[in-house]
Amino acid sequence: MNHTSLLEVSSLQLEVRQSAKPVVDNITFTVERGEIVGIVGESGSGKSLTARAVMRLEPPAIRRAAGRILFDGQDVTTMSGKALRQMRGAKVGMVFQEPMTSLNPSMTIGRQLDEGLALHSKLSAAQRRELTLKMLTRIGIQNAEKSLAVYPHHFSGGMRQRIMLAAVMLMRPALLIADEPTTALDAIVQRDVLELMVELTREQGTAVLLISHDLPMVARYTDRIIVMEHGRIVEQGATADVIARPEHPYTRKLLSSLPVRGPARDIDRKATPVVQTRDIVVDYPGRGGLFSKDAGVRALHGIDLEIHPREVLALVGGSGSGKTTLGWTIAGLLKKTSGQLAFSGEPIQRSSPGWRQYRHECQMVFQDPYSSLDPRMTIRQLLAESLRTVPQMDDRARNRRIDEILDEVGMPAQEYAERYPHALSGGQRQRIAIGRALSRRPKFVVADEPVSALDVTVRAQILKLFSDLQQHYGFSCLFISHDLAVVEQVADRVAVMQNGRIVEAGTRDAVFDHPRHTYTRKLLSAIPLLETTATGGVQTRWRFQPDDPATGAEHED
Amino acid sequence: MKFKPNTNLLLGSVLCGIILLAALVGAFWTPFDPMKPDFAHRLLAPDATYWLGTDEFGRDALSRIMYGATTSVGISFMTVAMAMFAGTVLGLIAGYARGWVDRIMMCFTDALLAFPGMLLALGLLAVLGANKYGIVVALGIAYMPSVLRLVRGTVLPLREREFVHASRVMGNSEFFIVFRHILPNCFGPMMVLATSMFGWVLLAESSLSFLGLGVPPPAPTWGNMLAGSRPFMTQASWLGIFPGLCISMTLLGINLLGDALQDKLDPYSRGKE
Repeated sequence: MNHTSLLEVSSLQLEVRQSAKPVVDNITFTVERGEIVGIVGESGSGKSLTARAVMRLEPPAIRRAAGRILFDGQDVTTMSGKALRQMRGAKVGMVFQEPMTSLNPSMTIGRQLDEGLALHSKLSAAQRRELTLKMLTRIGIQNAEKSLAVYPHHFSGGMRQRIMLAAVMLMRPALLIADEPTTALDAIVQRDVLELMVELTREQGTAVLLISHDLPMVARYTDRIIVMEHGRIVEQGATADVIARPEHPYTRKLLSSLPVRGPARDIDRKATPVVQTRDIVVDYPGRGGLFSKDAGVRALHGIDLEIHPREVLALVGGSGSGKTTLGWTIAGLLKKTSGQLAFSGEPIQRSSPGWRQYRHECQMVFQDPYSSLDPRMTIRQLLAESLRTVPQMDDRARNRRIDEILDEVGMPAQEYAERYPHALSGGQRQRIAIGRALSRRPKFVVADEPVSALDVTVRAQILKLFSDLQQHYGFSCLFISHDLAVVEQVADRVAVMQNGRIVEAGTRDAVFDHPRHTYTRKLLSAIPLLETTATGGVQTRWRFQPDDPATGAEHED
Repeated sequence: MKFKPNTNLLLGSVLCGIILLAALVGAFWTPFDPMKPDFAHRLLAPDATYWLGTDEFGRDALSRIMYGATTSVGISFMTVAMAMFAGTVLGLIAGYARGWVDRIMMCFTDALLAFPGMLLALGLLAVLGANKYGIVVALGIAYMPSVLRLVRGTVLPLREREFVHASRVMGNSEFFIVFRHILPNCFGPMMVLATSMFGWVLLAESSLSFLGLGVPPPAPTWGNMLAGSRPFMTQASWLGIFPGLCISMTLLGINLLGDALQDKLDPYSRGKE
């Protein structure tokens, strides 16, 4: 029997229409029926474009220069518009990254699920309705009957992504393309959605092309893995083989860029805490008109926290847990409703004389390096601004300090000082942002998701830079992150937040190895860890196994 | 950024340049006295001496157009400056302070915007008196709300950007933040609005003069020249054609320039190049 793969991409080349610059360069791979294939790579590696090209959905600025794409033996590249439309949806389904925008907000769930079926099948309305209901129940939507008439905004991001998945899987496609399907979701939800996706596709024998930047996730769920860099496939093979015995230097670099737990550091917890909060409460006022006002929302319910000298305290939790609110309140960007904030043992507030001092000693690194630097200022101006209010610093001293900082963050002043932020990459911008925060040699830094917007390898470099500077200058740090892997690498102590409360706090090793609170356990069990084995390879395991009394040190195959 | 030859920009600049030059020269020198009647040369067709002909009082049309350009452009310029200044200051306050300050200011702005600009200016002129400064103030007030809205709309997302928070963490005052970070980032859209507003104001001023509510005679403006030419439409059509042509050319030039500026200054289209 003549064996044909489900999807066969050979020597595919995509280029920018205008400049003929190749963005996907001569790639060849196959997807067999029913298998899960992962494409991993950093931003700009061409992984999404490849996936889109399979459905002929590449953006208009991109042109296919060469190569063939065979789907089920048919050449996609020469298909007519009609044949393409018959293939899309019915045979190849796609799930996008952003659940908030991939469902039409003005259509009920029922109509949206029905759309594809009505188009591609000859079933009657009643039959379609029955199928839809069955699928909704299958994906864990309670009261499926009722939810048919409901609009998307009633559902959370995770639920929407399930519904999106349901809409696609209803068509029983032979191939599902999932482009970063869970990147926008919280860790716990992420695992649920991915496992649902794997179950559904297994049941229906659907093959999956999973595109992601998240190597541990891809390693956990795929049969085969394709590693892309700068538009080329650098390595592909069975997932277990590739991660256990990576051959290409880039794959090795990716694997070695994953955060690892360092040795626990010695922190003097008897000394006066640098920053201490007592019973901090923050209410967000309700919105309303002149005469009516909605009730406000309590974002923080009395937070007690102390951060010791030289210590990195990580604040973890899902979105909406209040971790950013707490960080911003401590940095003085948000007003607290009640509670106390003490700096080096002295209680301070906005009106107290110590506040100015605190402003100098407490600095902040923001999440998005594209938004945290004023686009109209040069790097030198940006750094000079943060030194502007330093007393007794003349222009010469200031410029000397700027050169010094730029050196420290690995961006020599001669080359970078006069550039504007838009001429820098995301990683370089974050270096500047870190340099700016440290320019006054603060005692305390609030870092709000400082590496979340960065690619894996860049993230590793920035984390290293941050740790080095922290070691050198010995500032204390409140490190806010949703990424447990990063936290495991940098934190001395960890506080876990949920719904505006700290549910668990302790040293990093205690929290990661012996989580006590159920929420912490759930968080830890949602994120796979790639750990090096004795034989020099890498294997995945969950950080916490609920059914394992030995607190999750057990390997899964 | 690569410089792309842009026909809109080129044509717009040339047209605006001609008018501006005429206005500048007209302020100091004109071929003949634009106000002094000369009854010996009434309603002459364009010839070598009187390039654009003469009007019913024998005054040189070219001189009057040049002098009128000074008045028209001057009034437009002052009006735009006034509307931009007041609108920017108020817009910055409304957008940055938000809360009840913003709400009250927006109430007044919406009330002003509810009247057509022309009607509002007519009403104000009736109070202020029909003269040069009356026009400037009336039109300035009429056009200020659109600046206010634009600036406020630009400030609202800007004030949530992280570099604004970063500046606050550095200990900079709110006043400093507004001038160092917010205002410079508003310049792009403000410039575009200012150019197109110049065109609207010029047209509005001409209309007011045409209606007899503008600068009082004998001082010429394009609007009152157009109005004055009506009785002689059949005998001396040039009297109406040239001021009308001036108004349309200026408007065309300014619109082209505004479009080109928008393309240049819009950060989104700029990023795509």
